[in-house]
Amino acid sequence: MSGTDTREVDPVTGHDTTGHNWNGIKELNTPFPKLVIWILALAFLYSVVAWILLPAWPTGRDYTRGLLGLDQGTEAVTGFREIAAERQGWLDRFEAPDIAALQADTGLMRQAMPAARRLFDDNCAACHGTSGQGGPGFPVLADGYWLWSGDPAEIALTIRHGINANEESRIAEMPAFNWMSAAERAELAGYVATLPKGDADSDSPAAAIFSENCAACHGDGGTGGLGVGAPSLTDVSVLYGQDAATVLQTLTHGRHGVMPAWAGRLSEAEINLLALYVADLAETKGEVAK
Amino acid sequence: MAGTLSIPERQIALLLSGLLALLGLVMAAAARHGVMVVHGAMALGLGVVLIFIVGGALYDPAPPTDRMRRYYDAPTRFGIVMTLVWALIGMSAGVWVAALLYWPEATPLWPATSFGRLRPVHTTGIIFGFGGNALIATSFHVLQRTARARLADSVSPWVVLLGYNLFCAWAVTGYLMGSTQSKEYAEAEWYADLWLVVIWVTYFILYLRTLARRAEPHIYVANWYYLAFILVVAMLHIVNNLALPVRLTTAESFPIWAGVQDAMVQWWYGHNAVAFFLTSGFLGMLYYFLPVRSGRPIWSYRLSILSFWGITFFYIWVGSHHLHYTALPYWAQTLGMTFSVMLLVPSWASAGNAIATLNGAWHKVRDDATLRFMFVAAVFYGLSTFEGSFLAIRPVNSLSHYTDWTVGHVHSGTLGWVAMIIFGALYTLVPQLSGRETMASPRAVEWHFWLAVAGTLVYVVSMWNAGITQGLMWRTYQESGALSYSFLESVRAMAPYYLLRTIGGALFLTGMVICVWNCRATMRVAPGAATDHPLVAQPAE
Repeated sequence: MSGTDTREVDPVTGHDTTGHNWNGIKELNTPFPKLVIWILALAFLYSVVAWILLPAWPTGRDYTRGLLGLDQGTEAVTGFREIAAERQGWLDRFEAPDIAALQADTGLMRQAMPAARRLFDDNCAACHGTSGQGGPGFPVLADGYWLWSGDPAEIALTIRHGINANEESRIAEMPAFNWMSAAERAELAGYVATLPKGDADSDSPAAAIFSENCAACHGDGGTGGLGVGAPSLTDVSVLYGQDAATVLQTLTHGRHGVMPAWAGRLSEAEINLLALYVADLAETKGEVAK
Repeated sequence: MAGTLSIPERQIALLLSGLLALLGLVMAAAARHGVMVVHGAMALGLGVVLIFIVGGALYDPAPPTDRMRRYYDAPTRFGIVMTLVWALIGMSAGVWVAALLYWPEATPLWPATSFGRLRPVHTTGIIFGFGGNALIATSFHVLQRTARARLADSVSPWVVLLGYNLFCAWAVTGYLMGSTQSKEYAEAEWYADLWLVVIWVTYFILYLRTLARRAEPHIYVANWYYLAFILVVAMLHIVNNLALPVRLTTAESFPIWAGVQDAMVQWWYGHNAVAFFLTSGFLGMLYYFLPVRSGRPIWSYRLSILSFWGITFFYIWVGSHHLHYTALPYWAQTLGMTFSVMLLVPSWASAGNAIATLNGAWHKVRDDATLRFMFVAAVFYGLSTFEGSFLAIRPVNSLSHYTDWTVGHVHSGTLGWVAMIIFGALYTLVPQLSGRETMASPRAVEWHFWLAVAGTLVYVVSMWNAGITQGLMWRTYQESGALSYSFLESVRAMAPYYLLRTIGGALFLTGMVICVWNCRATMRVAPGAATDHPLVAQPAE
């Protein structure tokens, strides 16, 4: 340890060393810069002021409430109510029972549609696509083809209660036809795949199977439009796919698509607003409020 | 490894290897599900390999009799190799998940390649693998030099290093198989956590025993920080990971904490992992390698003391700033916020002390990329601690929370501070341990420096922009009281920043690859052991 306790003066800074030496490392005995002390005092002062004004220190079962009397729960609710109040002026009008009539009010619609687009993006786009373009299993909303109805009140009903989501929902069930023979199913699938082209052979055995088993929901010749959620099989719109392989899968296993119910998550006015937006989306082929 | 152990030590090592293999065998045989079987097999494999290595060398000639008069650097060398290996694993996983955020549809169908599984591989690989190995390796080096004592024994350093790396390997392979206890930065399951406790206590005891043998009257600052790192990390790890296993034969467990208490314990852990793993430990590294490399005395011993106790005392309070505007009581948030603000003072005192130490050595900073790494590390330490205190202020946090600003902040700390100081330490230590004056390619160090700085800046600046953009988009309302942007629009707005972030990360990774190549080239042609400050004679064992 000899020689490790000798203090020296550092030529660069002019400060003494502490006299320690660790493997050649030395330390200067530079005093605290005043600035550090001042900043520490300032930071402490800030803290004390914060502790006096805000809820800060626990005191057993309670805590110091702070002179400002702030409570984050109250603040959150107040903030939410303030914003909600700003919306009420125009949003309340969408609680009207006859929402289709509101479509005529262009001033109101111009004000409401941008907000409706946010609602659509935040709640619907994850499944139906940002411009309502849909995807496998999720209907296209922007093409004017409807499973149930394009009437805004009917759309609102679907949004409110969903499909196959709870006891108030619309019910849509494509049963499995796995009791049919594989050959029959394959034949039927081939027939259904040709329906949109319009050259299906209506005298074929498959056509007979179709009218016995499918027409009750999908309509004679598969034209749909019965308002039971069974799609038309003759138009270009598809839900899961209308190639023979996908149809065969649908026939074999059935389909039981679910749309969640939004009542409770969205207000009645918001649901109506979205219904109008979706109706508009179909008319404008996804170009609405872009 | 075995060649540096005495014959009785080799026998102990052989016994421990056998016990590890047995533990692995029991785990693999008793476990009911895949993850634990794989982990048991890994322990068994490591144990068997060690049995062969140690057993094969059991009756080789004993090491030179004067070995007790020299520092024990073989574990440090191994730790450095593992640091480099984990750096490549962790940073590659990071660049991959960054790319997936830009091209999510590019995720392959194999679940182990998805963001959800690889994100913890990135964080664990970097924090524990890269950072942890660097800390353990440098702590052994720094401890011996500043205590002028050889490590207290020769077997436990290997237990620490091998056991620690087994923990890291268990953790990341578990995530790949979908095993996690869903606590951020503490995802590893209960048996891996228990294993780490054993390893960590061994580390702590080894550190204290060596320190007790020191030939220097005073304990150097770096050792205070390394000790704080070891002690507090043990405390955090144990408390946050308290859990009840579903069965002793499965990997799953339930944490004993619930609700907001769980959140508070988690962020007390999470933030103090930042404090005592990513700050204290690396300040220890800085306090040793900066004066060594610059040849300058530490600017102020008094400031060192103030910073150490300030950091240690204030940090432990601030975890609640991760839970602003949540179910956590307001009073706990206020305390977290105010202590975070006060924490800035000792943090900046440390950064200032480091930078002022370079007074009189600025020409070296200009010429020597290794010292420049340390300088940049100190600057980024100052920047990110300022940012941290700023983000902890409640109203600021209302803008920044849940945005990529947090990600930017973390990476200004990890890339700019933690990784840079590791690089500075590596480039000082690797040639020294190899008995050389310089790295194999000093030019490659320059390349690494500029790639690392460019990568960090691109990353951090893009995430600042991303985060502030997100925060503003989420809180902007129209006059009608409706939100101006949907969440989706804010996601779409991130695309350019996510691309830039991927590029920044790739630059940083490129620098790392150069570093690994350079270290390998330097260590390969090593002519001998480290030649530095001599150890005073120690009594024979």
